[in-house]
Amino acid sequence: MEMTEADTGSVNYLNHDRSIKSWLLTLDHKRIGIMYLIAVSLAFLAGGILAMLVRVELMAPGETIMSADAYNQTFTLHAVLMIFAFIIPAVPAVMGNFVLPLQLGAKDVAFPKLNLASFYIYLIGVAVAMSALIVGRVDGGWTFYTPYSTSIGNGILFVSAGVFIMGFSSILTGLNFIVTVHKMRAPGLTWNRLPLFVWSIYSTAIVQVLATPVIGITVLLLFLEKTLQIGIFDPALGGDPVLFQHFFWFYSHPAVYIMILPAFGIISDLMGTFSRHQVSGYKFVALSSVAIAFLGFLVWGHHMFVSGQSAVSSIVFSLITYLIGIPTGVKVINWVSTMYKGSVQFKTPMLYAIAFLFTFSIGGFTGILLGVLAIDIHLHDTYFVVAHFHYVMMGGNVIAALGGLHYWWPKMTGKMYNEVLGKIAAGLVFVGFNITFFPQFIMGAKGMPRRYYDYLPEFQGYHLLSTYGSWILGAGLFLIAFYLLASLFKGKKAGLNPWGSLTLEWTHTTTPPHPHNFIETPIVTRGAYDFHLAKHLFEKEGSEMSEVVTSPK
Amino acid sequence: MAHEHSNHPAHLHHHFVSSEQQFDAAKMGMWLFLVTEILLFSGLFVAYTVYRVWHPEVFAQSAELLSWRMGGLNTIVLLASSFTVALGIHFAQKDNKKALVINLVLTFLLALTFLVVKYFEYSSKFEHGIFPGANFAPHGISHGVDYAAYNVPFAAQFFSIYFVMTGIHGFHVLVGMGLFTWITIRAIRGDFSSEYYTPVEICGLYWHLVDIIWIFLFPLLYLI
Repeated sequence: MEMTEADTGSVNYLNHDRSIKSWLLTLDHKRIGIMYLIAVSLAFLAGGILAMLVRVELMAPGETIMSADAYNQTFTLHAVLMIFAFIIPAVPAVMGNFVLPLQLGAKDVAFPKLNLASFYIYLIGVAVAMSALIVGRVDGGWTFYTPYSTSIGNGILFVSAGVFIMGFSSILTGLNFIVTVHKMRAPGLTWNRLPLFVWSIYSTAIVQVLATPVIGITVLLLFLEKTLQIGIFDPALGGDPVLFQHFFWFYSHPAVYIMILPAFGIISDLMGTFSRHQVSGYKFVALSSVAIAFLGFLVWGHHMFVSGQSAVSSIVFSLITYLIGIPTGVKVINWVSTMYKGSVQFKTPMLYAIAFLFTFSIGGFTGILLGVLAIDIHLHDTYFVVAHFHYVMMGGNVIAALGGLHYWWPKMTGKMYNEVLGKIAAGLVFVGFNITFFPQFIMGAKGMPRRYYDYLPEFQGYHLLSTYGSWILGAGLFLIAFYLLASLFKGKKAGLNPWGSLTLEWTHTTTPPHPHNFIETPIVTRGAYDFHLAKHLFEKEGSEMSEVVTSPK
Repeated sequence: MAHEHSNHPAHLHHHFVSSEQQFDAAKMGMWLFLVTEILLFSGLFVAYTVYRVWHPEVFAQSAELLSWRMGGLNTIVLLASSFTVALGIHFAQKDNKKALVINLVLTFLLALTFLVVKYFEYSSKFEHGIFPGANFAPHGISHGVDYAAYNVPFAAQFFSIYFVMTGIHGFHVLVGMGLFTWITIRAIRGDFSSEYYTPVEICGLYWHLVDIIWIFLFPLLYLI
């Protein structure tokens, strides 16, 4: 099946039916991905504005713009929105939905109706959680530790119900993706030929399916603790608050791998494509995702070194925590090696991939530091933890997600964004991010506790720097939103394969893709990053491999 | 695209290549869902284990208040319903519509029986002030049992766990009844045959899980 530039912009998934109903009731994974993109972007915007408010409040000791009470609720809401409504669904539900079936050569995910249902369940979950704002206050952070969380108003009921419902959505998405990867691969697409993005989404999906039910039962018990006083977690009734922490972290530690594993997949794809080289150690990179998913279940106790768990458990959890550094290191080393062997093209998505190497590595190494028992006693509940967490979540997930968004934007919309603005924004995000969070490592090590409203004057310099950084970061993010939206109206039309990628979503579909993805099911005869074949593929259009590729610009 | 659809059976969705692929995908999806169900209950089993290890004598004593006869009856009822649903799948494979419908209806009725028994069990507990958690205040005497004597520390935790576990299990029975109503209607309509019986199969899988969870709940709560 040959495709030419002329095919681009004919019938595609965006224009084949433009009615609102056709969007709201669509079973097309691409449209569901776009709807998720809009929803999680709004959650990110709301959570981001709350974060900026927190930073402004912390510019000076004492009250700056809001009361202590408002501050406690603001950072709690920031965390709940960012974690449950944004970062967990962000990469799997947006890019996983849009890209995964295309990379597999499938017409859709295995269960399209379930896919749409999971989107609406997500929306309902967000709405329920947010209605806590109307009903009553929720503060004390996103971890909802008992007995504090059951002693505050009824808002916690809505947040726990909302988290339960959003968890359902996450489970259904993960389940759908696992079955899709197992059952829907195109002929010839063996496990060893899968794009690394697929491997990482697959590993993520395993964690989603295995961990999320546990947070489900935990928040359900929390809900019942509040309504019926069942006395499982509340010490006043004979319950055990440490049990709650075990339950909570049994999900929430694997959940940070739900947040970071898909980012690894994006980075692998970007590294291969923009280094024009086979990703080094392909099998190691692929299986290290699975190893991280597995080990991630065995380290939850490192959140509880000072919570009264036994010394033996703490030592074991600390050791296993170090082990996670191995598969993660395998990835980072292979990415660097891919760049070293390849010839790097510094397009905007690649800038994010390179930024990720720095920010994520800092986040990862400080994570190992926090896994060291003695150091953790000193650093726990300080800004050092806040900085580590944001280096992994924002420096890891968000920066990779931005790279992925820029990489797949032409495929999603059929339009190119302004490359110069893209590079400027990437620079602003990288610089702003580091100025925001790096000072937090220092003040944390010096003893600034996290979540505090007031602080000693000696910390003000770091807080000021951090707040100024957040403005640069915010400016970068708004610039991205501006030029991406502008590209929809004024952007240059995207070619079939503007990056010269070798995965199926670029080589075998139109831009934007056809409603059914592929006119004919692709037959795969090579790996996802066989760039040594690129010359051959790009020169002979429609060669014996029946590849449909266009030359890279 | 049209040529791809022309020879396809009505039940085959466009994004699948074959009925086998669709059937395998549905079954795998259901198995994964069952894994999530087990993990959901595992949280409760952990809570049960932790409190039992801490307070074994309280748990053993509190369990005396549960009626092993009613629990045993419900065990038999659920095992029978697992048998009827398995028969249903068997008859769907044999294209025996009448036997399929009969077995689905039987399954539904057995599930209903389970909930009716559960209703009587719960109300006999509520009568004597046995509620979960802070509302736990056993009182009264019946069949020579002085309920007030069971009001010891951590007995409330036992009954919290009992009500939450059996409550969530009972909710699953209720969902199962909904599912069997739906597939019975479809079976009467003639949707199923040896060619296509996926919904019967996956509802059957779900029902076996509900059964298995009870097989663990019954001895843990009633017998030991």
